[in-house]
Amino acid sequence: MSGFHLLTLLTVLPLVGAAVALVAGRHARAVALVTTLASLALALVVWTQLPVDGSIGLVERAAWAPSLGIQYYLGVDGLGALMLVLSALVTLMSVDAAHRVHHQPGLYFGLVLVLESGLFGSFTALNFFPWFLYWELSLIPAFFLIKLWGGARRGPAATQFFVYTMAGSAALLVSFLAVYLSTGSMDFSVLTQMASTGALEQAVTAHLGPVTIWLAIGVLAGFAVKVPMIPFHTWLPAAYAEAPSPVTMLLTGAMSKMGVYGLLRIAIPLFGHQIAEMRTPLLVLAVATVVMGAWAAAAQTDMKRIFAYSSVNHLGYCLLGIFALAVPASGAATLTSQAAALNGVILQMFNHGLTAAALFWFVAMIQERSGGHRGIDNFGGLRKPAPVLAGLMGITLFSSLGLPGLNGFPGEFLIFRGVFSLSWVAASVSILGLLVTAAVILTVIQKVFWGPVAAHCVGFPDLHHGERLALAPVIGLMLLIGLVPQLIVASMNPTVMNLLAHWRF
Amino acid sequence: MLAWTIYLSFAGAFVLALLPKGKPALTRNLARWLALAVAVAGLALAVAGFVAGMGQGRQIIVDALWVPSMGVHYLLADDGISRVLVLLTGLAAVSGVLFSWDIELRTNEFFAFFLALIGGVYGVFLSFDLFLLFVFYEIAIVPKYFLIAIWGSTRREYAAMKLALYSFVGSAMVLVGLLAAYSTSGSHSTSLIALGAAHFPVSFQMWVFPLVFTGFAILAGMWPFHTWAPTGHVAAPTAASMLLAGVVMKLGAYGCLRAGIGLFPHGLDPWGFSFIGIGSWRDVFAILAVIGIVYGALVALAQTDFKFVIGYSSVSHMGFVLLGLMTLNQIGMTGAVMQMFSHGIIAGLLFAIVGRLVYARTHTRQLAELGTMHLARRLPFAAWAFVIAGMASMGLPGFSGFVAELQVLVGAWMVNPWWVAAAGVGIVVGVAYTWRALQKAFFSDETPPSAHLLEQEHEHPLAAITWPEVTGVVLLVGSSLLVGLYPKILLDTIEPAVKALLAGGGR
Repeated sequence: MSGFHLLTLLTVLPLVGAAVALVAGRHARAVALVTTLASLALALVVWTQLPVDGSIGLVERAAWAPSLGIQYYLGVDGLGALMLVLSALVTLMSVDAAHRVHHQPGLYFGLVLVLESGLFGSFTALNFFPWFLYWELSLIPAFFLIKLWGGARRGPAATQFFVYTMAGSAALLVSFLAVYLSTGSMDFSVLTQMASTGALEQAVTAHLGPVTIWLAIGVLAGFAVKVPMIPFHTWLPAAYAEAPSPVTMLLTGAMSKMGVYGLLRIAIPLFGHQIAEMRTPLLVLAVATVVMGAWAAAAQTDMKRIFAYSSVNHLGYCLLGIFALAVPASGAATLTSQAAALNGVILQMFNHGLTAAALFWFVAMIQERSGGHRGIDNFGGLRKPAPVLAGLMGITLFSSLGLPGLNGFPGEFLIFRGVFSLSWVAASVSILGLLVTAAVILTVIQKVFWGPVAAHCVGFPDLHHGERLALAPVIGLMLLIGLVPQLIVASMNPTVMNLLAHWRF
Repeated sequence: MLAWTIYLSFAGAFVLALLPKGKPALTRNLARWLALAVAVAGLALAVAGFVAGMGQGRQIIVDALWVPSMGVHYLLADDGISRVLVLLTGLAAVSGVLFSWDIELRTNEFFAFFLALIGGVYGVFLSFDLFLLFVFYEIAIVPKYFLIAIWGSTRREYAAMKLALYSFVGSAMVLVGLLAAYSTSGSHSTSLIALGAAHFPVSFQMWVFPLVFTGFAILAGMWPFHTWAPTGHVAAPTAASMLLAGVVMKLGAYGCLRAGIGLFPHGLDPWGFSFIGIGSWRDVFAILAVIGIVYGALVALAQTDFKFVIGYSSVSHMGFVLLGLMTLNQIGMTGAVMQMFSHGIIAGLLFAIVGRLVYARTHTRQLAELGTMHLARRLPFAAWAFVIAGMASMGLPGFSGFVAELQVLVGAWMVNPWWVAAAGVGIVVGVAYTWRALQKAFFSDETPPSAHLLEQEHEHPLAAITWPEVTGVVLLVGSSLLVGLYPKILLDTIEPAVKALLAGGGR
């Protein structure tokens, strides 16, 4: 496929769709649906075109600003391609869910599509400049989607979200500027290569003194805000709760993965050694994210806030896996554990994206039917009037809980399998998070779906055919990945081995 | 070819001034279409000259002896730096006419002054004779005074006078320096090329350089001589603020580069002693530039008048140009020229939005009052244009400002990392004041509007956005995006010119 700019096409397509949606008025959602469907198809094509050895493929390079070391450089490996598919899928689900946007639909769907383009770009760009461009490109529409279409307290929520993420971006930018000034390169591949021989740290030390660890912290901070990692998570509950549910689907399903992806693509490859040195405090923060995320979820009654904190908890497993595997290689056993943890992290990224997006979709459906209520105490016995809703949301909730046979399980299982031999303390404490999450999810199921039917829930309308049809493939995918995780793991393993081979701790 | 930008603009100004006034409506229509035609033709010439000049070094356009007794040449030439700034002037001229489409008062005279100013600016960027450059420089100052004094708003006489006085003080300093250089060189020529080849004694350069540099830097808005800029910007009618911030401030920066650094490079050498870490004029001006960056941003953050926010932001952004010049290295100075172009486009756009799109409809520029008007809903085009312009002004990647400021910072880092650290503070504050203005002016309606309010707004709708406004916004946003997404388009032209200047300047 050389000469055919598949990745560029993929990033430009949503922008074109956005331009059309802006002027399409009432038909904007249809435009967005067509665009996101086409994007998903393209992302799947990318998936089939990957190099079998797990290296970076579909490379596109063009001179941009040579004097600054800036190059238009795109490429994907299995990790990038999986994130592309996930982004396309989540955006499609989000557009599907957003059928109630009456206020300026053209602008709404235009912004959503710009956001999608930013996602695609940041999962494919391999030079800092274009990557940062796409990273910011996704931030701006997200801000306005919260600010203009959010709930009652959307203003402060949007500002908080923006300020936190901007501060993270600034930390990233400063760190990268320092790296560039020391090495003269912004190219992730070149920098990864330099880091794997220790040349990166030497260059930084020669130019700026012993500050590499601070650069690592700057980069980590940028990603920690996005994921988020405790204590950088405080923007999240308000943003997730105040954003309209379809936007929350995008935030948690796709945008949070930009942070995890950044850790895997940028932070670990460039600063693996520094991260290994800080491994213990980082593991403490990861475990805190897992455990406190779950506990905070247990304290909420608003479904959106419950799922927001449970997202923190689930992404905490990704952080746990990533920081646990940051140990110098010492034989085949370590490598096996690292590979298991990394496979688990990547699988968990995809699964959390799918499940969390679906959960917020269900919240949107419940809210539409209940006149805006979403507290778990507002409902009771919904499974009687709305059995299909209860059944499908139940499956999704169990997937979130990590029930074997559903997609949530294999990722978390692999992470724990890897982490146990790498750091049994961290793994053991994190088990607490699993238990609390289970309790939280079961509480939701109990209060909302079981028990006597609450008076105002009598005659609660069930899912109609359109919704069932839209949800069927999503639920189907959850079952499929749960039963045949090899579908993803098999094609991801070469990438995992390739990544690990290039990392130096 | 590029010389015709000058002649065409002056000819246009001349014709416009002489338009008969018998039928006001007809005159008005004729005047604005004629002005647009001249501006578009100028832009077309600038683009053609830019494209034709790609890969070329300095090209002499015309060289004729003008005042033989003094060795004054009518010498027009263009190098990469000139071509980029001429292109900027063309863009500013077209968008300025578009955003002045509704001028009612003495329309033909307005556009006559406007085009005369543009002609002078083209002339400065293309002059390679010191005396000629100075003549065009003065020509540009006079129409500016009238544009503000006649068509201006808030305290226009005060602002116009302040601007004119500052400009003349600067000019006087420049003139003294230039006369001294002329008599010292002994080459009996005022041609920049001849003077550039003359080797001035270092001790001479040491005192002439700061004189000439400061004289020009006053017009570039260098702290602490910047105070004319915010008042002038605010008082000026929209098109004049656009030109002031967009190109006139660039005249100063260009003079600093071409005449200051170009002729007296050794004026930047170390003094041989250092006082609190300052050991050369280079340190002095770099520190003033950095103070301008931070101070301008902080003051912008505290403004209650929307236009003053933009006015002070110009001081801050021009600080990057001056800082880039003081790096004296390839990357920093390339960044300075990029920033001249970038800020010209973005400042023009910001002033157009504030002055034309918003103020002309709301008749207030107070952020607090604008906040009650639900402008995001009632003027969505203006709101989203400001979102994009604000992103460009903050220096987000994808816009011209990012590449420009990045290069300046990289260049400055190689000289003195502390400058970068301080300028970085300015960038962060820059995000804050832009964001604050955006929130307060357009997106501050937290509560849903009452039915009564909606009815009132329905009865008194704000005038619809017109086609010249849309065209102008698209032109400027497109330019900034094009350069931001594909910086090579300008870099390939600027880099060789800066290299030649650094090499020829004896450094």
